[in-house]
Amino acid sequence: MRRNSRFIISTLAFGYAFLYIPLVLVVVYSFNDSRIATVWGGFSTRWYGELLRNEQVLDAAYLSLRIAFTSATFATILGTMAGLALARFSRFRGRTLFTGMITSPMVMPEVITGLSLLLFFVTLQQLTGWPGQRGFSTITIAHITFSMAYVAVIVQSRLSGMDESLEEAAMDLGGRPLRVVFDITLPLIAPAMVAGWLLAFTLSLDDLVIASFVSGPGSSTLPMYIFSKVKLGVSPDINALATLIIAFISAGVFVAWFVIRRRA
Amino acid sequence: MRDATTTNSDVKDAFISIRNVTKSFGDFVAVDDVSLDIPKGELFAILGGSGCGKTTLLRMLAGFESPSSGRIEIDNVDVTHQPAYERPVNMMFQSYAVFPHMDVEKNIAYGLVKDRVSKTAIAKRVDEMLELVQLGDFRKRMPGQLSGGQRQRVALGRALIKSPKVLLLDEPLAALDKKLRERTQFELMNIQYELGITFVVVTHDQEEAMTLSSRIAVMDEGRFRQVGTPKEIYEFPSNRFVADFIGTINTFAGKVTDIGDDTISVYCDEIGASLSALGRHPVEIGQSVDIAVRPEKIFIGKSEPEDAIHARLKGVVDDLGYLGNRSLYHIKLEGGRIVQVSSQNRRRSANRFLEWDDDVWISWRPRSAVVLVD
Repeated sequence: MRRNSRFIISTLAFGYAFLYIPLVLVVVYSFNDSRIATVWGGFSTRWYGELLRNEQVLDAAYLSLRIAFTSATFATILGTMAGLALARFSRFRGRTLFTGMITSPMVMPEVITGLSLLLFFVTLQQLTGWPGQRGFSTITIAHITFSMAYVAVIVQSRLSGMDESLEEAAMDLGGRPLRVVFDITLPLIAPAMVAGWLLAFTLSLDDLVIASFVSGPGSSTLPMYIFSKVKLGVSPDINALATLIIAFISAGVFVAWFVIRRRA
Repeated sequence: MRDATTTNSDVKDAFISIRNVTKSFGDFVAVDDVSLDIPKGELFAILGGSGCGKTTLLRMLAGFESPSSGRIEIDNVDVTHQPAYERPVNMMFQSYAVFPHMDVEKNIAYGLVKDRVSKTAIAKRVDEMLELVQLGDFRKRMPGQLSGGQRQRVALGRALIKSPKVLLLDEPLAALDKKLRERTQFELMNIQYELGITFVVVTHDQEEAMTLSSRIAVMDEGRFRQVGTPKEIYEFPSNRFVADFIGTINTFAGKVTDIGDDTISVYCDEIGASLSALGRHPVEIGQSVDIAVRPEKIFIGKSEPEDAIHARLKGVVDDLGYLGNRSLYHIKLEGGRIVQVSSQNRRRSANRFLEWDDDVWISWRPRSAVVLVD
């Protein structure tokens, strides 16, 4: 094997530095004792304590997790159904158009998606009286709308790589169509569904723009809360919050990686 | 053509009976008014090139497609519109379609689990199948840990566990290497013989069809061109398509000049000679026909054959190939026509005296050649 040249090593170092220095800064400053976020005043964990006493943060985090969990679950169910239909529906005129249309939420600017959903909810409210107040339910629905497209695409690609005769073989051996879905199709696309759920969950936790459009008074998600706080200046407890989120996501990624590796 | 499709649908005690089945996809007719009877316990092959409709026919037997018109009966039950999961038919897929998330045992048991059979009965039956396909040591393996041949055995055991009335096999040997093919082929024949289950094999490989099956249907453009035993199909092809599709054959176009008791004389303009051959089809004087003769039915030698009943032609060796057990010659006749001749190398240097550009005589007995009408 060739020795890695100095050039390769420095390229690698720069690449990772570019990616990780901002994150490391956040983590480091979360342990800063000083009240001014950008001036080092010694090591302390006081901001973590304060964070846990901050009702607003806890409420926002709880709301975000609830929305992420609910929307990821529904997006996975709907997206799997859409993916199945896209992969298994026999050819018809305009099929490509439909396939393309399901992915449109992925390329649509979030501002447009947010605005259209807001219009939709307002119209709906005028016509039916629901939703009386925008918040958990409207944000969840909005998140399902765009994240199910991701799930559908992941499931569809998994299915198109799958041998269709597996399902036929199960049917040939006496499995009724619905039974075959549960015996064969779902177990085989389960990894895609898990991946889709995780992606939908992160997308939902991440989202600021669409949530800002469709949320109502008193229902701020975590990103919305952080964004509004930062507008008044970076406070040290936000660093602590960011560090916790980084730790949470890293743990999630490691678990997902471990699960996938054991399956393979 | 006419007699090929009609005479063979009169088999006594038809177990599988296909009656005037047509399947079209839009404007495309994949299977065109096909009728066929297969008796119980037969190992029947449907042979044809890709797109000839053989797979569609198989899928209609399995219940994955339903005919546009016509009837399919299995053991005197009309199954034409029965879905796959209700038919007493199982299939071994070309891709084997072994469930990748189940171990060997679970794969093989799948059919019975669906039937709600008791656990002990299933276990007993699975053991029988594992023994039949010789996978006893692999029962807990996942399909990913098996070789292609072993996966095929899983697929076979899985398809046989319900003791189907008919086993369908889609290109069963296509994915195996040569040595394994030969072994598997004989194992399939033994299993078929032991269990007495009717096998229907679909294949594009004539050798596979010839060695495996007791009868073959040669299919082209959605129709059967000939149905018969491998020997009948090889020795007495009933039309040009079958003659050409199975093995190699030399054909000479000409016009009928004389009709004897069982031989027909034909004058071939191309080579300027009169040839005679066995005629199984009614012909008229002056009708355009082909005389067809297989390369291995032709004798080759340096001197003119003396036997007067032989058809004989003079030519030069244009090309030759030594294949070990036999040699292949391309003989150029006086008119420029090339004839393929295959000769067994019985003695170590018997035919090696033939070299390029040697003058030779080729000859064959009239009964070795056939007359092809369409």
